[in-house]
Amino acid sequence: MSMPFYVAPEQLVRDKAEFARKGIARGRSILAVEFDTGLLLMAENPSRTLRKIAEVYDRIAFAGVGRYNEFDTLRKAGVRQADLMGYLYSREDVNAMALATAFAQTLGSIFSHELKPYEVEILIAELGVGDEENKLYRISYDGTLSDERHFAAIGGKAEGLVTALEELWREGMSLEEALEAGREAFRRAEEREPEGWELVVLDAVNGRRSFRRLDDAAMSGDQPGD
Amino acid sequence: MSHFPLPKDVPVPTSSFTDLLAAVGATPRWDVPADLARNLSVPEGTTVLALRHGDGVVIAGDRQATEGHLVAHRYIQKVFPADRYSAVAIAGTAGLAIEMVRLFQVELEHYEKLEGRRLSLDGKATFLARLVRGQLPMALQGLVVVPLFAGYDALEQVGRLYSYDVVGGRYEERDFASTGSGARLAKSFLRTAYRPDLETTEAVTMAVEALVSAAQEDTATGGPDLRRGILPNVYRINAEGITELSDEELLPIAEDAMERIR
Repeated sequence: MSMPFYVAPEQLVRDKAEFARKGIARGRSILAVEFDTGLLLMAENPSRTLRKIAEVYDRIAFAGVGRYNEFDTLRKAGVRQADLMGYLYSREDVNAMALATAFAQTLGSIFSHELKPYEVEILIAELGVGDEENKLYRISYDGTLSDERHFAAIGGKAEGLVTALEELWREGMSLEEALEAGREAFRRAEEREPEGWELVVLDAVNGRRSFRRLDDAAMSGDQPGD
Repeated sequence: MSHFPLPKDVPVPTSSFTDLLAAVGATPRWDVPADLARNLSVPEGTTVLALRHGDGVVIAGDRQATEGHLVAHRYIQKVFPADRYSAVAIAGTAGLAIEMVRLFQVELEHYEKLEGRRLSLDGKATFLARLVRGQLPMALQGLVVVPLFAGYDALEQVGRLYSYDVVGGRYEERDFASTGSGARLAKSFLRTAYRPDLETTEAVTMAVEALVSAAQEDTATGGPDLRRGILPNVYRINAEGITELSDEELLPIAEDAMERIR
């Protein structure tokens, strides 16, 4: 019987982190920009069927970069969690903070316990009620949770996108302006044109379920409603 | 909320919310000893009905729930939108029925979010049958729930409606359907009045008239109560989706119906 090699825990964590980061860096970035009446989520996505941004609950959206099967597993778990809480208690009791914590705990435990960490980064966006602020949470592959204000980005070029948005974002900008700011940030960070956008807004004008896809004209007549 | 672990590895093979509830142990147990509920006095929903017309369906219900010979609730809602293109109306044990509707609503939305598309109308009707069948042990105790389901079928581009029985039998109806204590009266009214080429407004009027007609002889059915301002719940569903009729729209129709049907 062969003896397993001893690997220092620091080395193990470093290797895992490097592995996950490489996987995520290959993924196309996603950004979220606040506008006057809601939140805009933009993902560079050439596919019309494999979505990266999805509805979780009335005011909450999920976006994931990295391995599709891995973030889709997390997305489904998020929808299940949210629907369970909303059904057992009340729709108002479902909030992004609790969901983001649950995602962070799950990713953290996968990172430390599993042989292969998830190569994903997640963004949870929540539309504020009334005058309440909108919320944006970033969760990285190791479960690190951070909250952002007004705009956020995940994926390989996240840093560049955030730097660009710091210049481009203004309080009270319209949806059109937010879209343009997002496109411009992408151009600056990536230095190329996108291969198709997946666009989503969370906007209270859409009713109880604030989630709407903007990118698919064929879909717009057949949106989830209430 | 964080005391719940993220249900990532819950063994739910389908996109069903009901199965998820069972998997996390959140479904009630129905193993009540026989005949225990016989003497239970609980509110009962009375008459609901639905009819097809030219471009969709109209579904309506009165607002009364009774407990034996007493009025339990005057303003109860017995017709509910299930999603954007369908509605469910309930008769029987109100408490169980309303909870069934709540579960059904979450179920449809849950499927839609997990799968990225809506269930077909037929799929929704089948699922509702499963929920009714799940109540069978309670039905045998006398706590019966019988829904009606109506919606717009985007594939066939027609309105369709389904009636159910206590064992979860699902029957698609061609023209109209009704369930509850006044159902027989409402149906005999509709049988003589109904035409398949009805306009939406005619169908709404006919639905209200059928409820008024049922309330004439069935004491449990509450007709429009103009003194208290109680009007039936009426929804129309067509290619554009579901719309509830406002009290302003219903008031003249109800006044008219009460004038005509004596």
